[in-house]
Amino acid sequence: MKETLSLVQKLSAHPDSRCWFVSWNPSGTLLASCGGDKAIRIWGREGDSWICKSVLQDGHQRTVRKVAWSPCGNYLASASFDATTCIWKKKNNDFESLTVLEGHENEVKCVAWAPSGNLLATCSRDKSVWVWEVDEDDEYECVTVINSHTQDVKHVVWHPTQELLASASYDNNICIYKEEDDDWECRATLTGHTSTVWSLSFDAKGQRLASCSDDRTVKIWMEGSESRQSDVSWKCVCTLSGFHGRTVYDVAWCPLTGALATACGDDGVRVFREDESADPQQPLFSLAAQVTKAHNQDVNCVSWNPKEPGLLASCSDDGEIAIWKFHEED
Amino acid sequence: MSAGSRLENANPVIFQRSGERLLTASEEDEDVHDPIDDREIFDLIRSINDPEHPLSLEELNVVEQVRVKVNDAESTVSVEFTPTIPHCSMATLIGLSIKVKLLRALPDRFKTDVHITPGTHASEEAVNKQLADKERVAAALENSSLLEVVNQCLSTRKI
Repeated sequence: MKETLSLVQKLSAHPDSRCWFVSWNPSGTLLASCGGDKAIRIWGREGDSWICKSVLQDGHQRTVRKVAWSPCGNYLASASFDATTCIWKKKNNDFESLTVLEGHENEVKCVAWAPSGNLLATCSRDKSVWVWEVDEDDEYECVTVINSHTQDVKHVVWHPTQELLASASYDNNICIYKEEDDDWECRATLTGHTSTVWSLSFDAKGQRLASCSDDRTVKIWMEGSESRQSDVSWKCVCTLSGFHGRTVYDVAWCPLTGALATACGDDGVRVFREDESADPQQPLFSLAAQVTKAHNQDVNCVSWNPKEPGLLASCSDDGEIAIWKFHEED
Repeated sequence: MSAGSRLENANPVIFQRSGERLLTASEEDEDVHDPIDDREIFDLIRSINDPEHPLSLEELNVVEQVRVKVNDAESTVSVEFTPTIPHCSMATLIGLSIKVKLLRALPDRFKTDVHITPGTHASEEAVNKQLADKERVAAALENSSLLEVVNQCLSTRKI
């Protein structure tokens, strides 16, 4: 049962620029992309192909680094090098700018919604992670500023079911945060990578966290069973090394199939499968499929469609988006 | 940076510039494929202006042809540069200028790595990490005042 990655379509998404990130909406019908051209584009399927449905411009003065959909799918948040985060509200088939979150001193690198939709996290080169509370009137209020990293914070991601937040940094570490007595605090620092940690992804149940780094490895972390109530302990249970030729910029765990995809600076897209017979405490992963020249330049992001198993989007410094199908070979 | 303030390294050693590249018969033959070689990369970066002195990086021996490695088949370029003094605060700017010059001049397929020559700078590791982080490089190049300084280093000067 050999599996393979087949190209469905390539889209010139951010021409003459770089496409930094792509994100599927919760129903899997729309894909948002952002890039160095300061624009956000929304892609939808029409017949057999993906086309651009709308372009969100004038929201940001500089590169749009990441975009995130709210769990209800009606809001889109965008993080920009212009130090702001924009919140867009979906109206019929269009988006309007609802509010701009200010406060970070410089480039905002990532934005993520908590599964409840009531909390939003942002992080920046200013080394801080901010947690924002959202009320029913679409008002946003910063509830915490956390300074647990000593450098640029590259990525933030929420646990799929709990109010637990993880961040990755240029300081080579990962921090895990939890709220206690109305205060968000770093409960665990995961050390092991030897260079910048670029991205993080929880598995479907949130039992494990995958991280990827400039050290060309992917690490799998698992929550320790001995965790005391106030402490959180995560340990590295697996390191994938030798597969990636340059920096690994993104890692994505498919919530439907459990496959693990990576985006690499060597222009490749790879998909790993877990060996089901291995001890869960010592998981083993093997390379199931790879496209070594998936793009003409660095691959920045990989994102699994949340509804259609095996549908994967990737994007690159060449400004393109690629849509892939990960499936068993005919 | 400004000429009026005290220079970090007031009397740098000045080195001889290399001559023009000698063209061979096969290089002049349009039907023969010429891979991009070390000298070609060196020619792109040797005339970059030093941010402090009215001299080129070649004249200050900050760049040397032996520290340029290109692999045309694998589309990789690696450049090591040597700051004139181990505490040079301009090291990141010089590295950024080399990086930007190569990004602008080379085909998109190339991966360029710019490093400090091992053992020649106090903050070698920090500078190397910053130059390798394309997100920070991209953000820096959106900063108009920094971009202006880089462009000054890359502007053509009569040599």
